[in-house]
Amino acid sequence: MNEPQLQPATGTPVIGGNTRAASWKVFYKKLSKNKAALAGALIVFIFVLLALLAPYIAPYEPNKMQIANKLQGPSAEHWLGTDDKGRDILSRILYGSRISLTVGILSTVLGAAIGIVLGIVSGYYGRWVDSLIMRICDVLLAFPGILLALAIVSVLGASTVNVIIAVAFFAIPTFARIVRGSTLAVKKLEYIDAIKAVGARDSRIIFRHILPNITSPIIVQATLYIASAIITAAALSFLGMGTQPPDPEWGTMLSQGRSYIRQAPHITLFPGLVILLVVVGFNLFGDGLRDALDPKTKK
Amino acid sequence: MNMFVFILRRLFQTIPVMIGVTLAVFLMMHLIPGDAAKIMAGENANPDQIEQMRENLGLNDPLHIQYLRFVTNAVQGDLGNSIRTSRPVTEEIFSSRFAITVQLALIGTAAAVLLGLVAGIISATRKYSAADVGIMLVALLGLSLPNFWLGIMLIYLFSVNLGWLPVAGWGTWEHMILPAITLGTGGAAIIARMTRSSMLEVLNQDFIRTAYAKGVSDKVVIYKHALRNALIPVVTVVGLQFGGLLGGAVITETVFAINGLGRLIIDSIRAHDFPMVQGTILVCAVLFVLVNFLVDITYRLINKRIDLN
Amino acid sequence: MAKTVKILEVKGLRTSFFTDEGEVKAVDGVDFSLERGKTIGIVGESGSGKSITSLSILRLIEESTGRIVGGEIMFKGENLLQKSKKQMMAIRGNNISMIFQEPMTSLNPTLTCGEQIAESIRIHQKANRKEAWVKAVDMLRHVGIPSPEKRAKQYPFELSGGMRQRVMIAIALACNPELLIADEPTTALDVTIQAQILELIKKLQEEMGTSLMIITHDLGVVAEMCDKVAVMYCGKVVEYADVKTIFTNPKHPYTVGLLNSVPKHDQDYEGDLAVIPGAVPSPFNLPQGCRFAPRCPHARGICREELPELLDSADGDQVRCWIYSEKWEKQEEEVR
Repeated sequence: MNEPQLQPATGTPVIGGNTRAASWKVFYKKLSKNKAALAGALIVFIFVLLALLAPYIAPYEPNKMQIANKLQGPSAEHWLGTDDKGRDILSRILYGSRISLTVGILSTVLGAAIGIVLGIVSGYYGRWVDSLIMRICDVLLAFPGILLALAIVSVLGASTVNVIIAVAFFAIPTFARIVRGSTLAVKKLEYIDAIKAVGARDSRIIFRHILPNITSPIIVQATLYIASAIITAAALSFLGMGTQPPDPEWGTMLSQGRSYIRQAPHITLFPGLVILLVVVGFNLFGDGLRDALDPKTKK
Repeated sequence: MNMFVFILRRLFQTIPVMIGVTLAVFLMMHLIPGDAAKIMAGENANPDQIEQMRENLGLNDPLHIQYLRFVTNAVQGDLGNSIRTSRPVTEEIFSSRFAITVQLALIGTAAAVLLGLVAGIISATRKYSAADVGIMLVALLGLSLPNFWLGIMLIYLFSVNLGWLPVAGWGTWEHMILPAITLGTGGAAIIARMTRSSMLEVLNQDFIRTAYAKGVSDKVVIYKHALRNALIPVVTVVGLQFGGLLGGAVITETVFAINGLGRLIIDSIRAHDFPMVQGTILVCAVLFVLVNFLVDITYRLINKRIDLN
Repeated sequence: MAKTVKILEVKGLRTSFFTDEGEVKAVDGVDFSLERGKTIGIVGESGSGKSITSLSILRLIEESTGRIVGGEIMFKGENLLQKSKKQMMAIRGNNISMIFQEPMTSLNPTLTCGEQIAESIRIHQKANRKEAWVKAVDMLRHVGIPSPEKRAKQYPFELSGGMRQRVMIAIALACNPELLIADEPTTALDVTIQAQILELIKKLQEEMGTSLMIITHDLGVVAEMCDKVAVMYCGKVVEYADVKTIFTNPKHPYTVGLLNSVPKHDQDYEGDLAVIPGAVPSPFNLPQGCRFAPRCPHARGICREELPELLDSADGDQVRCWIYSEKWEKQEEEVR
């Protein structure tokens, strides 16, 4: 152990110790035992792979219309059938994974980055800066559910880029609050006072001591947030406020399929199933990460 | 006495939030890239018409004057006129749409709470059983479902194929079933998970052992001793759910063609009817803030232990 | 000694917990008995299995992890381990009651103190809500809580630790039980309050004729309260004797060690208190022979190889130590 530790004076030694290497070992052990989390990671990995390889594995051009083949059910040529304009649904879903994953991950990273900065500033400096930032978060959280994103898109206009911005905005208060809470908790630790007394600069304390200590909740939150970001983005597109046709976005595809629900329910069915699957993947993985990073769970 | 002070203080805290919300909604119009008046007057408007629109919207005054006017008018129930229908925004909102959306959100919340609580309790009391695993799996799916897709699939199954329930619209109880499920599923999943973990935590506490030592039966321990305590954190989630459902109503109303606030927002965004968008979003946000206020007070009432701090 | 006088007789009790790492024999063959109206103390360090023994008697071991795997618990001549779930419920809080260590967490925070006492009365006695409440208030007065009518309507958080423990006692004694089990009843309390609570328990015991079983690590409590003492170490009773014998003529080296680590009032200590060297062994890795052997100053070869039986001594006491067996003299003395 690198640093001396305070331990209760019982005979039993603290198992695992507190060094970073040891805690990562525990983390990997816990995570590799969690089958649900591994399944989630596998799903996510497969979708990332499909998105990267879409141009090579998609059987058709995603936007190529073959009106003669429209509204066909699943068949040997078109595994998932065709839509109202005779486009191959499997190919569109494969290309759609590029949009959904990009939007989900980018908006989360963007929102988390801003949220982390605000959260640390808020928690570390406190006083009026803290009050101001927290009130801004309150205001952002006062717009229920998808309404904030809708308001932003209504101002900026409907497009994939604006969806990323809108969903990212939505993420800011969530991350800011979590990071602020963790920062406050870390700041209270005695050794931070000791480092301060030695004369360390704020930036050093933040980057060397606070940030590494709050990564776990951020990683967990980010993984879970990607799941809801993908749903929100698809919902915006479904409402016509996101990615515009003919781009093969899952929500857009679903929305177009609605009109043909009687003749060709598969147009609506498959994109929805794919959204469900990818979101389940991120949720399982995120839950697993949380359990593995939580010091309270032992198994 | 103490409670009264708490309510006053909590009420006071909502003031900056309200100011922030009105400011944000007000600024929406001014953040539109390009000329708001031009967009709202329509593509074929001539310069005179655009100038007239600008004058009508008061866009020629300094910003802070405009904001003050916006708030003063809003407090008096004047949110401007709809560009599409020329009727007052508040009239459009409160004629019937507001009631429909609140109704929808309440039914959705009720469905979520009922399903979620029952599932969560069953799960917690039969930890690691087949029922528990099954319920938690369904909850995971419920959490991960895009509800617009769920709504369409429910319509396909129950309305198109089986013909049991109406495809769309609002009015009778039959109309409410599918929207309530669509809207409530996500919340039910969250409440079920929350109830389960909260129950499991409470069942491990010392006072549960005390109750058993008194000769209390399993049932009474679960429903009287454990549930009472386990529900405390769940209440907060329920409150948040209600707000989330107000937002979710946008999607549900679109899927089921229900003429509520959500559909009004979407139609107004499409028609560039900005006063209407502003007004509806403001009303939803204020409603949400009020609900959270009530949730906090309820939370305080049932959790008397907070008094300690 | 007639058998009927014994209110509680524990024979060969074994309780285990089943974890991923294997079986933990928390209680591993424990015997003792208690005469009506008397007090027995179960003494040991944490991890000795003394609390699990008490929970086993009321069959409050959590089913998901632990199980009573053997033995008999005879209460008034009937084996509690053969009772149905329903029969046990009728016994708990009525014939046998229990007080727990943590008064801060052992009361339900969402119910008033009065409700929690009345609940027990309503379960076991045919009392309606009102009668039960009146009796609950009576109980509060009985355990020495001032203005009981007002306190009954208060929630646990509004009471101090000592007050809460009084409420716990009121709950436990509400139905006039024949046996009261007190699991470290004073450990979590301030020193001044400790004496008051012990005195209260003693007073009520005499008034109501209750038999008492006290679980404690505090030999001071034992001296104050008990008639008989069972010293436990690693799930086994190592010495079972009269309270006088324990203090004047302790036999087991562990008991001696415990006594030496207690400061005595009439002595000024200048040096350190004698502390038993070493630590309680891990339940997953118990020594093959006597479980105390690794820490015992007298241990010889046989101690490490073979677990000693409980040996009866002439005065009716029992001790689990090779020193008192015939084999001992044959053992070579070791140089430590």
